[in-house]
Amino acid sequence: MRMLAAGAVRLAYLLGLPAALIALWGAVTAGDRYLYYPPLDEIAAAFGETWFSARLADDVLPSLGRLAAGYSGAVLAGVALGVLLGSRPRLRALSEPALEFCRALPPPVLIPVLMLVAGIGDTMKITVIVTGAVWPVLLNTVQGVRSVDEILADTARCYGLTGAARLRRLVLPAASPAIVTGMRQALSIALILMVIGEMFASSSGLGFAIVQFQRGFAIPEMWSGIFLLGLVGFGLSLLFGLFESRVLGWYRGLRNARRGE
Amino acid sequence: MTTRARVSPPAALARRGRLEVEGLAKTYRGKRRTFEAVRDLTFTVEAGELACVVGPSGAGKTTLLRCIAGLLPPSAGAVRLGGEPVLAPPPGMAVVFQEYARSLFPWLTVAQNVELPLRQKKLPKAARHGLVERSLAAVGLADVPGAHPWQLSGGMQQRVAIARALAYEPDVLLMDEPFAAVDAQTRAELEDLTRSLWHELRMTVLFVTHDIDEAVYLGEQVLVLSASPTVVLDSVAVDLPARREQLATRALPRFAELRAEVFTLIQRAKTYHTAPPAGEARA
Ligand SMILES: Nc1ncnc2c1ncn2[C@@H]1O[C@H](COP(=O)(O)OP(=O)(O)OP(=O)(O)O)[C@@H](O)[C@H]1O
Ligand SMILES: [Mg+2]
Repeated sequence: MRMLAAGAVRLAYLLGLPAALIALWGAVTAGDRYLYYPPLDEIAAAFGETWFSARLADDVLPSLGRLAAGYSGAVLAGVALGVLLGSRPRLRALSEPALEFCRALPPPVLIPVLMLVAGIGDTMKITVIVTGAVWPVLLNTVQGVRSVDEILADTARCYGLTGAARLRRLVLPAASPAIVTGMRQALSIALILMVIGEMFASSSGLGFAIVQFQRGFAIPEMWSGIFLLGLVGFGLSLLFGLFESRVLGWYRGLRNARRGE
Repeated sequence: MTTRARVSPPAALARRGRLEVEGLAKTYRGKRRTFEAVRDLTFTVEAGELACVVGPSGAGKTTLLRCIAGLLPPSAGAVRLGGEPVLAPPPGMAVVFQEYARSLFPWLTVAQNVELPLRQKKLPKAARHGLVERSLAAVGLADVPGAHPWQLSGGMQQRVAIARALAYEPDVLLMDEPFAAVDAQTRAELEDLTRSLWHELRMTVLFVTHDIDEAVYLGEQVLVLSASPTVVLDSVAVDLPARREQLATRALPRFAELRAEVFTLIQRAKTYHTAPPAGEARA
């Protein structure tokens, strides 16, 4: 009974604010007085019609595919480069200024360039995501690799952990809290860049669809696309939370144990 | 009961476990300062012997140990294990660090921590599990193999580190002030554990401590180091009975004598470089 009540309280916390916001939207737009802010039932109707249709395969899936490809590319490249730079001080010193410069470039600015080089296809869109989302992963990995505990590294050396075994059993797990932090930041960047890439020059995708609706004055449809994007982001964040608690369960325990001292 | 009057270890072990330190020196060279931590250390620990190293704080005990372990290249001199020069961490050597909390892999369980070096040794699974189980039982941790290190008390964590070193079946075990951070009761238990495991397994043990009582209680030989830049002041042979017991052994008159002897040496060690005792000509 107590647990049930606690569950209800948690659910109320989770849904309370969204419910209030939706109610507010409903109250304000009730009389259909605003062209650009249609009432909720219209948006809801448009949502069903628009997205549970051919658009699911034509726009949503391609978007998610690009996101997945770009995001995994960014994570792989970021971790690989980060491990390399994190373990070689010379190389790091050499590449630091160039990296700082590249990181400072807003990724969308590369779109015109990439359109020239890679055309307007998926390659361009995925490259945009990779070039933007790689930085938090890269920088966090470098920092994580550098901060591997000295005593732990000595212990590993004494017990013969070298080369690939060292990477797999010492460096990557030790850096994993930092890497996961970078991956979380990269996820939201990747979502943003997915949309922007599709808004530029595209014939499919969520970003493309939203711009298309806007140009065609299909306002409820446009809003439904925006809600869908929000839901995608929210769902991904939930999934990421699950992943994080699986991978970093030990880290949370360790931190709590240290705090308890 | 048989006394352990210099039972010679098996021939192979005798060759492998002998630890020789010759003219060892280490000067740390930083950007702003160079620091001569260890000046000239020469000693030998015979295979199967338990030797303790005592010295004042900052005497370079950890530096010495890291050089012996092959983790730190010496500035001069050499370390030989079983006749072979030590240039990198040699197989057959296990180390227990003072900072036990930092030497256990926090993402692994207790059993996985003990098992990891054995995987590296490419032991088959069954052999690994046998060793893990036995060494955890030997340190009294048979019931927590699935726990993570940070769920254990300090004394238990240090015992995990010891179990890991034992499971590795080393020829030489190096221990750097392993019990400095645990309470007195646990410390006494761990001392007896070290002694009995050494008794059973007959490996060479080099035990670093700053505690004189501990050195005399545990060792067959106590090496006394001077303050930095470090030299060996003297080596005291401990002729106490092989079976040691916390109360009985510490109450022996001989224990008190040895303790006093080492204590006097340490007092000299502290001022060795500033005020040489009379009669000893020093340049
Ligand atoms: N990496 C380093 N760079 C420069 N100096 C160092 C370094 N490591 C140790 N030292 C210096 O060398 C001396 C010996 O240090 P070491 O840690 O070996 O002493 P110790 O005998 O283990 O001391 P303690 O009993 O406190 O553990 C100290 O004065 C220390 O400041
Ligand atoms: Mg030390």
